[in-house]
Amino acid sequence: MESTLAGKPGHHSAMVEAESIVIRFSGDSGDGMQLTGTQFTDTAAYLGKDLSTFPEFPAEIRAPIGTTAGVSGFQVHFGSVEIFTPGDQYDVLVAMNSAALKVDLARLKKGGIIIVNTAGFDKKNLNLAGYPPGVNPLEDGSLEEYTVYKIDITRFTKECLEGSNLGMKEIDRSKNMFVLGLLFWMFDEPMDFTITFINEKFAKKPEIAEANIKTLKAGWNFGDHTEIFTTRYKVSPANLPKGEYRNISGNQATAIGLVAASELSGLPLFLGSYPITPASDVLHELSKYKTSNVKTFQAEDEIAAICAAIGASYAGGLGVTTTSGPGMSLKTEALGLATILEIPLLVIDIQRGGPSTGLPTKTEQSDLMQAMYGRHGEGPLPVIAAASPADCFDTILEAARIAVDHMTPVIVLSDGYIANGSEPWRFPSAADLKPINVQFTTENNNPGGTFLPYKRDEKLSRPWVVPGTKELMHRIGGLEKQVDTGNVSYDAKNHEAMTRLRAEKIEKIADGIPDIKPETGNASGKTVVLGWGSTGGAIKTAVRELIEGGYDVAHIHLKHINPFPKNLGELLKGYDQVLIPEMNSGQLIQLIRAKYLIPAIGFSKMQGLPFTTSELKHKILELIK
Amino acid sequence: MTTITEQTAETPKLTPKDFASNQEVKWCPGCGDYSILKQVQTVMPEFGVPKEDIVFISGIGCAARFTYYMDTYGMHTIHGRAAAIASGVKALNPRLSVWVVSGDGDAFSIGGNHFIHLMRKNFDLNYLVFNNQIYGLTKGQYSPTSEKGKVAKSTPFGSLEEPFNPSELALGAKCSFVSRSLDRDPKHMQMVLRRANAHKGTSFVEIYQNCPVFNDATFFAFSEKETKKEQAIFVEHGKPLIFGNNEEKGIKFDGIVPVIVDMNTSGVSANDLWIHDEQDKTKANIMARFFDNTFNDEHFPRPFGVLYAEDRPTYEQGMQEQIEELVARKGKPSLDKILSGDKTWTIL
Repeated sequence: MESTLAGKPGHHSAMVEAESIVIRFSGDSGDGMQLTGTQFTDTAAYLGKDLSTFPEFPAEIRAPIGTTAGVSGFQVHFGSVEIFTPGDQYDVLVAMNSAALKVDLARLKKGGIIIVNTAGFDKKNLNLAGYPPGVNPLEDGSLEEYTVYKIDITRFTKECLEGSNLGMKEIDRSKNMFVLGLLFWMFDEPMDFTITFINEKFAKKPEIAEANIKTLKAGWNFGDHTEIFTTRYKVSPANLPKGEYRNISGNQATAIGLVAASELSGLPLFLGSYPITPASDVLHELSKYKTSNVKTFQAEDEIAAICAAIGASYAGGLGVTTTSGPGMSLKTEALGLATILEIPLLVIDIQRGGPSTGLPTKTEQSDLMQAMYGRHGEGPLPVIAAASPADCFDTILEAARIAVDHMTPVIVLSDGYIANGSEPWRFPSAADLKPINVQFTTENNNPGGTFLPYKRDEKLSRPWVVPGTKELMHRIGGLEKQVDTGNVSYDAKNHEAMTRLRAEKIEKIADGIPDIKPETGNASGKTVVLGWGSTGGAIKTAVRELIEGGYDVAHIHLKHINPFPKNLGELLKGYDQVLIPEMNSGQLIQLIRAKYLIPAIGFSKMQGLPFTTSELKHKILELIK
Repeated sequence: MTTITEQTAETPKLTPKDFASNQEVKWCPGCGDYSILKQVQTVMPEFGVPKEDIVFISGIGCAARFTYYMDTYGMHTIHGRAAAIASGVKALNPRLSVWVVSGDGDAFSIGGNHFIHLMRKNFDLNYLVFNNQIYGLTKGQYSPTSEKGKVAKSTPFGSLEEPFNPSELALGAKCSFVSRSLDRDPKHMQMVLRRANAHKGTSFVEIYQNCPVFNDATFFAFSEKETKKEQAIFVEHGKPLIFGNNEEKGIKFDGIVPVIVDMNTSGVSANDLWIHDEQDKTKANIMARFFDNTFNDEHFPRPFGVLYAEDRPTYEQGMQEQIEELVARKGKPSLDKILSGDKTWTIL
């Protein structure tokens, strides 16, 4: 792909309008690239651009400095048009050292801009990055097809802060602000938001705040005053629907969704969680909302985390546990208990690459089968998935609604890509959110006799009785229940009846799921791309571009995976071919084939990375032709 | 949230029978669990807590069936996890009276991690471990409290492991109430249960329980009159440590080492003995080691009663206070404020 920045006219500081830009900030784990990217993103967002971000960092907190293992990247795609992905390739690569360039050059567009910190290209750094002795990409002509700006950012930062009281380490750590200032200048973005941010963040350390602001401005001035940069780029605000927006990551939206679910249901929220990447941020974020009827509990392990949540639900709260793959495995026994207890519970799995510890900081959609079937015995559960960072909010509300309406644990699937990625969110007002009705049972449902804890309503859901309710004392547990009474029963026919009832209850959830429609394209035709979860943005972009190119293709995106929307089978049968892209070796496709007996075609990616739009377009075109 | 009211004068006085559920009790004939169930049902009415405010949570094992036999709220859960589930119940609704029932395998083996963390967190709940030093429900394997060399189904040539000393384990895990009783001493067990209920914090009650099928008579040395007085010592706060067939033996300190003295021959009087102080953790640690340890090659009697009791804030209390303090300082944000966050922009 050619960069949109390539070949622009070259007089000093010409302002060129660009539709959308992708920037990749790349550096050592300690170079502050995540913060730099976030600040750039926030500013772009406040100025009304649509955007999508992709933070990508190593599993090690501080991998050896200067090595490719320690490279931390933050990608932001912003534009005056609708943006659904962080971009396949970038227009601008900021490389703070040799390793960053080595790792991230491959995805820079031809003709793109490289901004390098030359201090990161000395003999030592080149060696650490694994360049052969004597080879320096800045000098050997290998970057000829790009526009390279070589700046000794380290030295400029030092000079800028000369005479300050800061130590060398603190001065060096300010160099990301120089980069940020320069990028703000290049893309004609104001510094105000970041200056406010710095002043707030370092309110108690004014000398650090001052140093950061000084360096930020130095970066801007460097762009403005030196004649190195020939062109500046302007991205106009996007034509987004009217309303109030904020920038939000998937994990933030999950946390806020939980607070909202608690408020809408009137149930106190209880989160039992154990730290695990990439789910920990939900625990961190929720812990800030303790004033909103939220209790967070960092348990001794994953098992205790879900068990405490089960206890909280039993006591009349909205019990929630958050985790990622390995933790999900540990929770499965307790999930079986929650299944037979038939109590509301949210289990949120922020998927990452597996098996085992796998790729803790990389994304994958490989826990779908685990969510569907990963329990001993037969105990189907509802499974729903979020399609984008902001969609995590709606997904959580939907999960909470299903959990209390149907008295069941619900598994919510998110993944590392949307959990850490962010996008502008036109947030709803509280008044627009539908209440979640909760009915605790306080009257005996068997007048004259013993209360029947497993007597079911028309949805096959059982009563929720909270300890403390007079006259309705009863015992529940993990042993098979007798129909209606809930007493322990080893009766053969009863077990079969209960197995069927539990499954039928989950199937009945489909009664409340609206018919699914294509997000993009026609409701029948030649080809449909069926996706679920975080692939939503990439599929939408690819399908829209192909439709614009005159192709007959549509996009259906699943939120409800168990049960499926009732019309899904009929809808899919209206297309000649069904393509199912997944960041796994083909899991949804097995469910679809088994249920609807259609010859769906799979498209797998298992690289710890999301699909790019071009990969998807290529695959779809291959199918169409 | 249900409001829990104090039992008022009009509330009919409950009897032990009121606490029996309609389920048939199915332990083996002669099982020590029957006695424990009876003592719990006996003391329950004294506590004045309405039945609906009581929750029994159990794991897996013979002991765990206890839950089904109490006419209170109850949950028979999964192996080892009762502690974690009970934590969630108590954290969400601190006003419930929560009782965990566990066995030695459930509490110390599969549930070992939850056990130690529950102890240090100090929720205000009662944790009863029916210790029979054997796996009963799975038909007779050695347990983490079985003596080393135990010949059982899975160890036909003897087990190779040192057993846990539950009191020492609980103290090491910072339990705020450590006690021991036994199935064959109903009065003593009732006393310990009353103390456990009164204690604010996690009350750990280890109950020696006879398994007549797989580990019969293991604790008879502490309960039968031929041996009891020599092998067991029943400790009480403020009272000297005295035992022996004729209550002639006492325990005193020689420096930091406990020694057994014969008051008839040594000239040591009861006033010179170790006076039990429940709140002294150092001494509790030494007393807990009257187990398989010897001091100066002397064998010490096994202590029963409340070994240690400490007043310290409970987890749920801390949780509640933190929330109240935050609400007072920051107020409760509206949902709209939470939805919008701090930084927004408007597209017109």
